[in-house]
Amino acid sequence: MSQKELFAIPNVQTPNQPVLFNPDICTGCNECVEVCPIDVYIPHPEEGRPPIILHPEECWYCGSCANDCPCPGAIQFNWPLQSRGYWKNKKTGEIGQL
Amino acid sequence: MTTWHGYLKDEGRPPSWPYPILFEQEQEIDTDVLVIGGGIAGCWAAISAARQGLRVALVEKSDTVRSGSGGPGCDHWCDVPANPLSRVTPDDWAKHMADRPYCNGIGIQIQCRENYDTLLELEQMGGKIRDTDDEYVGAEGRDNKTKFMVSPRYGTIHSYLPDPRMNEPNFNPPEKRNNVVLRVWGSGFKPILKKECERLGVKVYDRVMGTSLLTENGIQGGRVVGATGLNSRTGEFMIFKSKATILSTAGAGSLWLMSMELCGFSNMHSRAMAGDGTIMAWKAGAELTRMEGTGMVMIATGLKHKWYSGGGDASYENVPIVDANGKRVPFPIQGWVDAGAMVPTPEVSAKVHEGILKGEYELPFYADFPSMPEVERKATWNLMLGEEATTRIIIDTFNQGGFDMAKDMLQSYKFLEGNSLPQWRDAGYGGGVLVDWNLKTSLDGLYAAGTQMFAPEDHSHAAATGRYAGRKAAAYAKNIGESKVSRDQIEKEKARVYAPVKRSEGIEWKELHAGVARIMQYYVSEYRTERLFKMGLGALEKMEKESVPTLYALDPHKLMRSLEDISMLEYAKIIIHASLARKASSRPLMFQRIDYPTPDPPEWDKFLTLKLEKDKVKIGEKPQAFWGDMKEQYEAHNKDYTGVHKGK
Repeated sequence: MSQKELFAIPNVQTPNQPVLFNPDICTGCNECVEVCPIDVYIPHPEEGRPPIILHPEECWYCGSCANDCPCPGAIQFNWPLQSRGYWKNKKTGEIGQL
Repeated sequence: MTTWHGYLKDEGRPPSWPYPILFEQEQEIDTDVLVIGGGIAGCWAAISAARQGLRVALVEKSDTVRSGSGGPGCDHWCDVPANPLSRVTPDDWAKHMADRPYCNGIGIQIQCRENYDTLLELEQMGGKIRDTDDEYVGAEGRDNKTKFMVSPRYGTIHSYLPDPRMNEPNFNPPEKRNNVVLRVWGSGFKPILKKECERLGVKVYDRVMGTSLLTENGIQGGRVVGATGLNSRTGEFMIFKSKATILSTAGAGSLWLMSMELCGFSNMHSRAMAGDGTIMAWKAGAELTRMEGTGMVMIATGLKHKWYSGGGDASYENVPIVDANGKRVPFPIQGWVDAGAMVPTPEVSAKVHEGILKGEYELPFYADFPSMPEVERKATWNLMLGEEATTRIIIDTFNQGGFDMAKDMLQSYKFLEGNSLPQWRDAGYGGGVLVDWNLKTSLDGLYAAGTQMFAPEDHSHAAATGRYAGRKAAAYAKNIGESKVSRDQIEKEKARVYAPVKRSEGIEWKELHAGVARIMQYYVSEYRTERLFKMGLGALEKMEKESVPTLYALDPHKLMRSLEDISMLEYAKIIIHASLARKASSRPLMFQRIDYPTPDPPEWDKFLTLKLEKDKVKIGEKPQAFWGDMKEQYEAHNKDYTGVHKGK
């Protein structure tokens, strides 16, 4: 356990985190920060690190950040639990879900 | 960590605001043509004006590269009757499209005459509009000579609903189809348009929201001579001086709804669509129309499934819908068999609903991709869904998640998730700025294009009307002298814009949005009466008087949102003013009044217009089809039109 101070933080503003960054692949180029139509992200203060998700509740899930990311695998789109679609294998009837 | 609280935990402090703070600082830009709103219409307007050799400034609230409803992509280039495979003439198709009350015959005629030229220009810029890689050889609608991909949509009539002749023998044979809609590879369009703007020397001001129009001597109703803006990252105040101004922003997309915690903006409009362009025009004295007409929110609102992620919606691309036991469900699927119809009639919906309750159809329903021929399946999944706004990311995540379109059926949420509440409505369609055959508004110097106009259509309409407005505004700007802006008007606007950052307590923007939305749900919704409208207006005025002066904004981004909410409140008031003025019900306007129940009485078969005169609301009217003979008027106003752009 970290010995760091425990902050008093309000509840997270939304149950949804629109994307997951892979810090090993993301180069911190901030292309996603620029293409996002509504400034969901801000650049990380430290160069080369993935951006900070500042306004997740304003995301309209357009996908432009992930679509235009120049480093495949750096951004994984993260559908909220309530929006993860289902499918069914036509032959076996097995149900799949995102 | 990439979340805010993760950063706080790791670093022991919240991140600093990453951009310089320039509140109250001014930047002045002098231009010939100013375009406000850098979506599809705005980019085309800027390109078209720049080609006339004028100085053009483009102001965009987001980043032009992906902004607007068409930013992420476009799958259908609709109503393009001038394409070589079409079996209808542009003028005939325009006439057919305009055979709907309260449409916009001017925009429709421009769309039908010029959107094929617009598409070819897009191809010149590098946009993909044909199956040049031969990926879909053998797909129905693919023309081997031109490599165009015709869509089933509008195969016999211009309607989302089925053609009443649908079940007759030999319905919609290939040799008789209209062929007026082309499938396109639109996910690349927006970056191409931004690049073209920059290549032509358009000065692009990203992350700047327009806040007001400047008029000659600051007088309401005067010639528009520029605009003010706010940079949403730095808070800098922008002053644009222009000879001609084109508004190409959009309507208020979420006026009745505020459910951000459950991805409330996960609908077809982003929060950036806040109606602030309409309000800028309104306050400057421009005439608006159709503001009383509102639509139902049929799609995701955060409380329902995301649009397109379920087969019920993906099926709108030729995919058969079956029940849990594989039995075909009889609603249209935007396929060749139904001539592109995509919405069941209320009778068919009721029949399926009844069938579900009786056990005739078992839930859930599925989109039966495996039953389709491979090339059709690919055309739907890869081309249509892969290229449409906001759906590309959906198919990518499904593919990554293990969905196999050859083996798997996609679950449909139609019926399963229930209907939208009648109180959830949408102002995103229909209401807008009144325009003439030059796409000029009722104010000199001010033009409008795309969704900013009343009764807009779709992506290709936005493109063609933007391109047209750019041409017309440039012609005006060439013949007009220098403009002078009013310092007094600028000072008043600055005081208004920065008021929320001078406070740190009171109400925040989200609360104002939620408050406005609740008033609209209560008073301007399913039950409409004079009394309810007046109560709604009173509640909005009270909110404006008591709550707006307490709005606080902690940074430039929140200041932008606050200003949007103030616009939304004003937008809501305009809707009520228009609703009070129409003392009759109207089916095409989806406007049912309890106190005036007879739908569409002949004496009310007209557009109502509204404008501000000395800050008082003035109601006017225009007859249906006030634009006159569409073919004649178009030709009279475009004698110098030279078709597809040639040269640099």
